[in-house]
Amino acid sequence: MSNFLQNIQIDWLGKRKAFIAVSIFIMLAGLVSSIGRQYTPGGTEAFNLGVDFQGGTVVVAKFRARPADDDIRNALKTVGINEPVIQSSTDKTDEVLIKIPLVEGTSQPETAPDANKLAEQVQAGRATVKSALDTFGKEAEGEITLDSAPDTAYKIVGTDSVGAVAGSKLRNQAVTATLFGLLGILLFIAFRYDWTYAAGAVIAVFHDVLIVLAFFSVFQWEINLTVIAALLTLVGFSVNDSIVIFDRIRENLSLNRTGSLYEMTNQSINQTMSRTIVTNGLVFLSVLALVWFGGEVLRSFSLALFVGAITGTYSTIAIASPIAIWWQNKLGDSRVRDVTPQPTGEKLASSSRRTVTRRPVTR
Amino acid sequence: MKNTGLLIRTAIIIVITLVAVYLVFGPRRAPNASDFSLQGVKDNLAKNINLGLDLKGGSHLVMRVKTEEYLKRLAENNESAALLAAKEAKDEAGNPLGVTDGSVVAESGNYQVKINLTDASKAAAVIDAVKKKVDFVNWTESTSGNSIIWSLPAQAQGRLKEQATEQALKIIDSRINAFGVKEPTLQRQGAADSGQILLQMPGVENPERVKALVGETSRLELMKIVSPPNPTPVQIYPSKEAALQSIGGKESDSRKVLLYTDRDDSATAANTPPDQKPKQYVVVESPAVVDGSELREAAAIQGKGGGSDYQITFSFKPAGAQKFGDWTGKNIGNYMAVVLNDEVKSAAYIKSQIFDSGEISGRFTKNTADDLALTLKSGALPAGIEYQEERTVGPSLGADSIRSGVAASIGGLIFVILFMLAYYRGSGVNAVIALVLNMLLTLAALIVFGSTLTLPGIAGLILGIGMAVDSNVLIFERIREEMRAGFTVSEAVSMGFDRAFVTIIDTHITTIISSVILYVTGSGPIKGFAVTLILGLLINLFTAVFVSRTIFMWILSRNPKMEKLSI
Repeated sequence: MSNFLQNIQIDWLGKRKAFIAVSIFIMLAGLVSSIGRQYTPGGTEAFNLGVDFQGGTVVVAKFRARPADDDIRNALKTVGINEPVIQSSTDKTDEVLIKIPLVEGTSQPETAPDANKLAEQVQAGRATVKSALDTFGKEAEGEITLDSAPDTAYKIVGTDSVGAVAGSKLRNQAVTATLFGLLGILLFIAFRYDWTYAAGAVIAVFHDVLIVLAFFSVFQWEINLTVIAALLTLVGFSVNDSIVIFDRIRENLSLNRTGSLYEMTNQSINQTMSRTIVTNGLVFLSVLALVWFGGEVLRSFSLALFVGAITGTYSTIAIASPIAIWWQNKLGDSRVRDVTPQPTGEKLASSSRRTVTRRPVTR
Repeated sequence: MKNTGLLIRTAIIIVITLVAVYLVFGPRRAPNASDFSLQGVKDNLAKNINLGLDLKGGSHLVMRVKTEEYLKRLAENNESAALLAAKEAKDEAGNPLGVTDGSVVAESGNYQVKINLTDASKAAAVIDAVKKKVDFVNWTESTSGNSIIWSLPAQAQGRLKEQATEQALKIIDSRINAFGVKEPTLQRQGAADSGQILLQMPGVENPERVKALVGETSRLELMKIVSPPNPTPVQIYPSKEAALQSIGGKESDSRKVLLYTDRDDSATAANTPPDQKPKQYVVVESPAVVDGSELREAAAIQGKGGGSDYQITFSFKPAGAQKFGDWTGKNIGNYMAVVLNDEVKSAAYIKSQIFDSGEISGRFTKNTADDLALTLKSGALPAGIEYQEERTVGPSLGADSIRSGVAASIGGLIFVILFMLAYYRGSGVNAVIALVLNMLLTLAALIVFGSTLTLPGIAGLILGIGMAVDSNVLIFERIREEMRAGFTVSEAVSMGFDRAFVTIIDTHITTIISSVILYVTGSGPIKGFAVTLILGLLINLFTAVFVSRTIFMWILSRNPKMEKLSI
């Protein structure tokens, strides 16, 4: 039996200050990065928003011999376009739709849409794509067609600017939906456990989302629609983790009321450590596989899940539990302590619906 | 006795598994030999699961809202309203202001409303009167000689065009959603005032019908017909010229000539196709009594004749109903026309005051009636739509990246399975069975609900699988703990499941609650995520708890005094 994880005695709560310091440091780094970038003259935006969110240029290229998607992607990478959307046209197999985000230096006009600026952007986008595609051969420019000039390799048959798939409407809706979802979580945990736990779990979720966003701002990873899916996944993952430990704390409190809440929480984290390591280790490794082998297009998604898997586990121990404990101590231990200590080894009403006969787990 | 319980559990599991295998891998027709080959299974799987645009591709339609048509109608409406207001206005002495007529210029790039006066000194008074009634905020006004001219500057034109496109986008969005196109993407394309809209939708069975549905202008108006009242039959004209002649040779602001496709209820006439019937015209009073913007509800119902003859009933919002009620009350005996896109669909005399409902009949089939009701409900498009480009496209995530994503996920899954087998030995088999069954059942559930799988949906699936693994880990770790505490195998298994069940229920219900909220309040990708997650978690309560426990029960029933469990 692989039971090497059964006897852990770590004072997790004792390290809470260090944990919180680390979290605050990362969040500050994210804040500095996002604000700094916006206010630096000539700087970039707080986040590197992809073509899904801010729109861009779509170029339709017709090839004599269509290169593989990956080759086109690599060619675009050499000219600085890291996250193009490459979509083949299945009824015209020699044509490819290439969508790229706004080219640096040309920003989307915010209020008064200026036709000239837009045309400039489209031209800039076209020029960028052309410089990338030129690695496959000469473009049939102007009136020349692929048929009339045998030395050409491709022709850009259409360029246009595209709006955002996920405009501000979808973004706002995603945020409101998630906030309502968290409110539901808050109420349910408060009902099943206590307000203090509910607050701990929900604050931990906010923490996790902020940390992931901090990473995206600092490293300028591109945010596209898939990142929203990853963030939703992370919220579920983080809450799941918090509840597993809360459930254990609740059980321990009902079994053995002599210890302090502090000890009890540490004990619960240690008792569930084997589960934490197995489950979260598996999640972590699976996501790592996605980061390494998942390909270019899923990179943002994988990275968000990767950071999320780490911070989701960490926040349960470092954020959710300390907050719950801190708040309960504020309220006073009365509710916990005034119950007569129960002798061990007897028939106990566990906090669950059913009654179980059990000894406390040997330590 | 205990054994019958076990047999019933086993039977439930086997039946559910078989149904799921059929749903996921089986054909939706009489099975034949090819369905049992690997390729046949693959084909069926691809057919059964609807994949979204990002994973499979679909149709790519570029359309353009005819914004110039919108501006033209705006100019015309403003002109007739302005003329009406100017003619009604009086000066301080109570005399008319001497307004003679008005005209409209509406060519691309140049939109003007002109009102002519007999006395230039009254211009200021006319402008005042007009401004009270008509919204000329974006227009620049000028006077020259005896005329007042409002013209629309280029910048305002651009802004209005953009607004019209934006409005069309919303209406198209509601139409394709109401039609049931799953997970479309809809975005503006081209310059801000180009009026272009790009619609991508995953494999739609009937793209032509969707195209017609999206492009339907659906401008509904109820208008008074110029005709002697009932019992004299409604005044119709055999040609447009004859109709025009009756109103003095040309259409005016208050009189319009419209085509009237007569609908005869008699069985013989119903067999004549509409385009072979003689064309008829009627004269109607403009502006309309009420229009489509006042509609509250529209539905297709079977006509009185039954069979394949359908009509559309509609009802008004309170304000529209009031307006309509007032008007019908005053016009009993007069004829009224139901006008759709400038064509009279039916004409009838008003028997009594009508408040809130009416109907459109006009030889509709069930599909056309359904579609028309749907487009009426979603509102009229600000202007017509033309299709500019149509193609079918591959997945937006790129076929190659989907392949590598799938490969990485399968790699991750195999790793998880190997780990569970290595770490939990015999019980690991148990977990793997539960896990595989979970994925199979989730896919089957997605098929039953007709959901479209997109990348966010897959993210939901991944979280669901993660929580399924977690459930097994929680149970097994708990059983190990109880065994360490000195309990026998069967006690430990039973307690492990019971205790872990409390945790599992709490984590699952929390996530289900938040997913349901996501589903209700979210849209598109967020809904897709929520659906797969909810299904995955509900199924996990069955697979991780019920199925896994049944397997342990089998093991224990064969050896009740078991002392060591492979875990």
